[in-house]
Amino acid sequence: MSQEKIIEVKNLSKKFGSFTAVDNISFDVYKGEIFGFLGANGAGKTTAMKMLIGISRPTSGEVTVAGYDVKTAAEMVKKSIGYMSQRFSMYDDLTIKENITFFGGIYGLSRNKIKEKTAQLVSELGLEDAVDKLVGDLPLGWKQKLSFSVALLHEPKIVFLDEPTGGVDPITRRQFWEMIYAEAHKGTTIFVTTHYMDEAEYCDRVSIMVEGHIEALDTPKNLKQQFNVESMNDVFLKLARNVE
Amino acid sequence: MRTILFIIQKEFRQIFRNKAMLPIIFVLPFIQLLILSNAASFEVKNIQFSYIDNDHSAASRELISKFQSSDYFKIIGNFESKKEANLQMEKGKVDVILEIPNHFERNLLTEKKTTLSVSINAIDGAAAGVENVYITQIIASFNQKIQSELYQYNDNSFVQPQNIVTIPSFWYNNTLNYKTLMVPGILVLLVTMLTLFLSAMNIVREKEIGTLEQINVTPIKKHQFIIGKLFPFWVLGLMILTVGLLIARIVFNIPILGNIGLIYLFTSVYLLVILGIGLFISNYTETQQQAMFIAWFFTVIFILMSGLFTPIESMPTWAQQLTLFNPIRYFVEIIRMVMLKGATFSDISRPFFIIAIYAFIINGFAVWSYKKTN
Repeated sequence: MSQEKIIEVKNLSKKFGSFTAVDNISFDVYKGEIFGFLGANGAGKTTAMKMLIGISRPTSGEVTVAGYDVKTAAEMVKKSIGYMSQRFSMYDDLTIKENITFFGGIYGLSRNKIKEKTAQLVSELGLEDAVDKLVGDLPLGWKQKLSFSVALLHEPKIVFLDEPTGGVDPITRRQFWEMIYAEAHKGTTIFVTTHYMDEAEYCDRVSIMVEGHIEALDTPKNLKQQFNVESMNDVFLKLARNVE
Repeated sequence: MRTILFIIQKEFRQIFRNKAMLPIIFVLPFIQLLILSNAASFEVKNIQFSYIDNDHSAASRELISKFQSSDYFKIIGNFESKKEANLQMEKGKVDVILEIPNHFERNLLTEKKTTLSVSINAIDGAAAGVENVYITQIIASFNQKIQSELYQYNDNSFVQPQNIVTIPSFWYNNTLNYKTLMVPGILVLLVTMLTLFLSAMNIVREKEIGTLEQINVTPIKKHQFIIGKLFPFWVLGLMILTVGLLIARIVFNIPILGNIGLIYLFTSVYLLVILGIGLFISNYTETQQQAMFIAWFFTVIFILMSGLFTPIESMPTWAQQLTLFNPIRYFVEIIRMVMLKGATFSDISRPFFIIAIYAFIINGFAVWSYKKTN
């Protein structure tokens, strides 16, 4: 893993009226790592992530993603990143092929490139027979694998995954993480939010957000040592309990 | 440009795949056109007419027979007393009561004047006004006939009766066919409502299902997204106009005197205004339900203040000024002018440029208020 910073966050805050969702957080993400962004529901993960991907404007602070400032060059940031939201966000009333064509098209891929990518993607996912099926008719696990692949269509430098495995069975989660590993292996930086603590163990480094602050940031191994516990689950419980 | 094509392709796929929406888009409007154009008429027909004949003379019978021979009146009956007739009026059974007084004929012959009493049910004031005009016309024609007869009976001098007969000539719609006026107007409503609702709901729908967020994370530009989104509805609007014009011509036999290209030219700019309003609504709403209510709010005001059902000239001044902001008003005005009067571009240039400026302003606001970033 290189020490080249691909995401730099300095003193980032987001306020909604008098409520501070993200309170003055700072961290860096290195190129090619799997960065786990953890926190309880309502801790501010999604809000922070939305600022990183340029769809939410920071109240204050600096964010640089892939070398571009999200405040002034949000569109350049968007070219360099892929995003998979926690709500399934492909078109249910379009087929797999049509979804790929659309998303490939708006990222500026040529028709030939789209064809090539479609063939590659469906064979990797084993969806050859389903390519003309409506996405709405697919099981959730397939949908999520598909939207991960679609988020990678334009070969982004960083891919942001917002609770990508919510609601799927353990086998599919396992397969999903294999896909994440394979992608990270190609040099893509993975920024993933989750509240499954077993998934946190798969990450190179994790940060744990509690009530708008980052309370811990290190490798899973170091965090377990630091808190003197066996699992990430216990790290998380200790941190969350401190707040209460 | 390529990006826009990809969006347009996607939108058309979704429109034609939606089995529930297709009939709403392509069948319902024309059922509405067929039904409303036949039903929405201001002609007052089948007036429930009753009379009280206290005279029972040749003259009174002749007057009544004049009403009988008119298409507009349906003779309900002859009442013995005013009280009985009033009771039926209260029950809503009769619209008009004509009371012929005692000595009606004798007074006509001797004093050359008499009085008639007419009571009209005026719950619907406009209809009552029309009924009054019909009744006055029938009585006037009766009057003229009687006068000439009186002259012939009584006057031995050589003075000829002076009968003035007015022959009205109705321009642009000489058979006074109500459909000629209503069909183009209703077509305007259908084109407007459909494009407004579809465009307002479309973007909100993407907000609801979460795909808009995905779109906002892509490097897609605002104008690409908006053009790609609205273009399919612009095409749909023109398609509906085309089918509607065909129905107007073939089914209703409405003349199209002017250049049909002018109607298309105007509609293509007009649709930009409507789509802009739709986009504007979708920018400020979070759910399809909210978008629907707001679109309804505007539609109802636009329709009732369009001059389609009530002439703008008879609105109060402040309301007349408000109609200047109503796009439907201009469309109704122009489609009637071009179809029925054969107006040329120079005749419609003023409303045309107003709509063009309107399109520019509303789309400016709509694009400005569409935010990829919150």
